[in-house]
Amino acid sequence: MISPNLSAIFYLVSGILFILALRGLSSPETSRQGNFFGIIGMVIAITVTFLTVGNFSNAIIYVFIFLIIGGAIGAFIAFKIPMTAMPELVAGFHSLVGLAAVFVAISAFLNPEAFNLGFPGDIKLASLIEMSIGAAVGAITFSGSIIAFLKLRGIMSGSPITFKGQHILNLIIGLSIIALIYLLCSTQTSSLFWGMIAVSFLIGVLLIIPIGGADMPVVISMLNSYSGWAAAGIGFTLENSALIITGALVGSSGAILSYIMCKGMNRSFFSVILGGFGGEATSTDKEKKDKKPVKSGNAEDAAFLLKNASSVIIVPGYGMAVAQAQHALREMVDTLKKNDIKVSYAVHPVAGRMPGHMNVLLAEANVPYDEVFELDDINNDFANTDVAFVIGANDVTNPVAKTDPQSPIFGMPVLDVEKCKSVLFVKRSLSPGYAGVDNELFYRENTLMLFADAKKMTEDIVKNI
Amino acid sequence: MEIDPFIFRFSIFILAIFVGYYVVWSVTPSLHTPLMSVTNAISSVIIVGAIIAALASSSDSIFDTSSIFGFLAIILAAINIFGGFLVTQRMLQMYKKKKKDKK
Repeated sequence: MISPNLSAIFYLVSGILFILALRGLSSPETSRQGNFFGIIGMVIAITVTFLTVGNFSNAIIYVFIFLIIGGAIGAFIAFKIPMTAMPELVAGFHSLVGLAAVFVAISAFLNPEAFNLGFPGDIKLASLIEMSIGAAVGAITFSGSIIAFLKLRGIMSGSPITFKGQHILNLIIGLSIIALIYLLCSTQTSSLFWGMIAVSFLIGVLLIIPIGGADMPVVISMLNSYSGWAAAGIGFTLENSALIITGALVGSSGAILSYIMCKGMNRSFFSVILGGFGGEATSTDKEKKDKKPVKSGNAEDAAFLLKNASSVIIVPGYGMAVAQAQHALREMVDTLKKNDIKVSYAVHPVAGRMPGHMNVLLAEANVPYDEVFELDDINNDFANTDVAFVIGANDVTNPVAKTDPQSPIFGMPVLDVEKCKSVLFVKRSLSPGYAGVDNELFYRENTLMLFADAKKMTEDIVKNI
Repeated sequence: MEIDPFIFRFSIFILAIFVGYYVVWSVTPSLHTPLMSVTNAISSVIIVGAIIAALASSSDSIFDTSSIFGFLAIILAAINIFGGFLVTQRMLQMYKKKKKDKK
């Protein structure tokens, strides 16, 4: 219907619209427009594909049927999903991109003529390498994301699963994928192609099981990156610039997010990938734990402290998400504001289970985004603040990261909550955080522990103000 | 000697990585979650490959092994496209500025 040259130009246009979609996210005001650009880009890409194929046989009816089925499922999920489940939703979506990449690679392998790649058993060498890489990365993305999804959903335990010789096994499997691709390219045997995909699924699982719950922000970002590289691999096979551009964008986006998350935890990317961090294993120094005195209080004490403060900083963490306490929290803040108390929010880069997790939850509870601050922007304010209200966060406030070189979290940037006149710490128990490190903050003079479910405690405080 | 078209595609790829690098660094951290969901949606442009595969079936049978994988990929990618864009939209709608009069 339309010439390949014209369609290539349209694919370029949709690639540019995707760049604008990401560009829009530089500020909340432009973000909705950006998302709109993304949708237009997608519509152009799909329409052009139909026009380029131009073979309007009966098959096209089925294409539309499947498109509508998928679209309906997607729309249903998008409207129904609670905001607290966003990390597992994103992990789930990554797995779909990965699997779609595998499926497209398989069809290209089975029917290379349709893609102008040669003939079965005689596929062009470059195309074969590209589709193999696309399929392998896609398969790793799929099975890895499934494991991440299960861990985030709580179906699988968040603690790392490690066994002896794990890294060596992974290395051997990784090398075998390369070997299989090499053999496939030299012999064009289809069984090698299937074997390579199966092994890639396996390594995806093995790569993610040793990684603990607290490292999930890195894992999700990393899988995001993988899904991009998989798309780019397929883009090379299909010689499609929209797919190549998008794959590169998504790939680098995920890589940058992983980097930001690693920096937020002061861990090297490599040590996160090797895993094993954040199990029960690290909670060793028990002897001092039970001896130090802890001041604990109830909602009334907390309400009293808050009411008499003139400025309050809220530090939310994963516990807030688990308890779904964001709405109650916002109610509490509203009450405080009525009493002319200045309130702001401090969000640590790795608070929660994915990049920006806390910001979304606060936005859901109608907290204006200009009251929410990043670590670097607010950390100096703690010293001039009366009360820090820590709700569901733990490791990201631990002063040990600044003082104790022995600590596993030493060097991690933390929020200086201890500099406030008083600290209210909502937590269910004294148990250490995901890093397995005891929080020194619990035993400080100016800390008041509020042992309760985050949501219930916040509601009780509101009643008492 | 003529330059292999692969090199041109590779150039696009590398340049796009650089564009992505600079664009993503300018994304505000509070929008990192929508960033992930929207990258999810756009990477499902892989659906173009799925559509080609699905429509490529020979005239006598619509569903051969190759096209079935194409159709399956269409469903998966469509879930992602609609789900990804809509959930991003839903999230972005929640980001509001401070209002003078509080509810």
